[in-house]
Amino acid sequence: MGIFTNRGFQPKRPSNPKLPPGQYETTDFPVLTAGPTPRIALTNWEFRLEGLVEAPMKWSWEEFNKLPMQDFNPDIHCVTKWSKFDTHWRGVSVDTLLEHVKLKPEAQYVTEFSYGGYTTNLPLADLLGGKAFVGLQYEGQPLAPEHGGPARLVVPHLYFWKSAKWVQGLRFTAQDEPGFWERGGYSMYGDPWKEQRYRDDDDDQASAGSIRL
Amino acid sequence: MSKVTWQLGTVVSIVPETPHVKTFTLRLPNWTPHRAGQHYDLRLTAEGGYQAERSYSIASPPEQTGEIALTVELVDEGEVSGYLFEGVAVGDELEVRGPIGGYFVWRGEPSSPPLLLVGGGSGVVPLMAMLRHRQHLGLRTPATLLLSVRTPEEVIYKTELEAMAKADDSFTLLLDYTRQAPPGWTGYQRRIDAAMLAEVVSRFGESQPQAFVCGPTGMVESVANGLQAAGLAPEMILTERFGPTGA
Repeated sequence: MGIFTNRGFQPKRPSNPKLPPGQYETTDFPVLTAGPTPRIALTNWEFRLEGLVEAPMKWSWEEFNKLPMQDFNPDIHCVTKWSKFDTHWRGVSVDTLLEHVKLKPEAQYVTEFSYGGYTTNLPLADLLGGKAFVGLQYEGQPLAPEHGGPARLVVPHLYFWKSAKWVQGLRFTAQDEPGFWERGGYSMYGDPWKEQRYRDDDDDQASAGSIRL
Repeated sequence: MSKVTWQLGTVVSIVPETPHVKTFTLRLPNWTPHRAGQHYDLRLTAEGGYQAERSYSIASPPEQTGEIALTVELVDEGEVSGYLFEGVAVGDELEVRGPIGGYFVWRGEPSSPPLLLVGGGSGVVPLMAMLRHRQHLGLRTPATLLLSVRTPEEVIYKTELEAMAKADDSFTLLLDYTRQAPPGWTGYQRRIDAAMLAEVVSRFGESQPQAFVCGPTGMVESVANGLQAAGLAPEMILTERFGPTGA
């Protein structure tokens, strides 16, 4: 499409280099979920690493809370167009979790899976090197259920649906297997800076063909 | 198969629905049938290249071919809604892409379970697309809309909803006024709570309705919990939340 402009349309807010294209800043913490919020009893909670690992691993809530924790202050970007800057989390880096398993060499991708049945997919590399963590506290408080508590995976450099609420574990896979929203036509990768909202926005979409939303 | 690419729609009508809500109907060069409950993304571009995008639910049914109706609420300080309300006239072009969303949709299959639609304020918009679709299909799938608003003047599509309820006894309209009810009102006038939801669910008898809940975050959260408490299985409850944010 050529250069189209809306006559008389002016930005109402100063531009901010921290804001990816098409996003606006909010100071609220909106909630987006496809169904009711699951309530998970901490006595039954567990976190698992499974799939292409030499031996699967799992932690109870008590065990998980004894893992070394760090503070994280990411900017987060939701595909529904809001971004929120400088959020304050405390949790366990995925790097720390992976010290407890040996991945098989063919493990290249990850499916995050959640209580309530949610899944989302991403390349393994996007969880490594300090890029992702399991958040247990938000702004100094236990993470609220509507925001994914008791524990949520946080992968702040991708759109926030790649940060699974109520996360139950990570499954390591050889192929990139589409998760819940991805099967509905959302991007396989979800880079906010490339504005990869939908499958048709992905770099490889020409070869992959289009998916009807 | 359709690709979700940007296209320039032409505004063919602008209808005020309430003091803060207008419906913009756009004729699209590349219209494809949507499912009731889906949305379009709308993008505004300023001289110099700055762009702002928002998602708006489609109010029109898929039977309204070649065009889409987007019902937009004017948000305080709203960068996009503010421009739409003040800067856009019939005949103007707007850039949109869609339809988008594969989850919060009602396909209108004759075998569908009864419908329980719960809306807060402008959360009624995707639910209206479902009701209009149902009406076009001539389905008598029992349907109830529980719509919570603050005041009588905030009921979007009021005339059409009341006419629909009058003409179709398999459709029940339950309005709930949380701040100010019309004179002589005998219906609900409190925030939707567990007791109200239990009462509404009990109207369906033995059959579990499929619930669609759309509105502000807090309302959707409490309604989804209340519906589960009233006995609905979690997979029978689909939700769409509006953050309390500038839009």
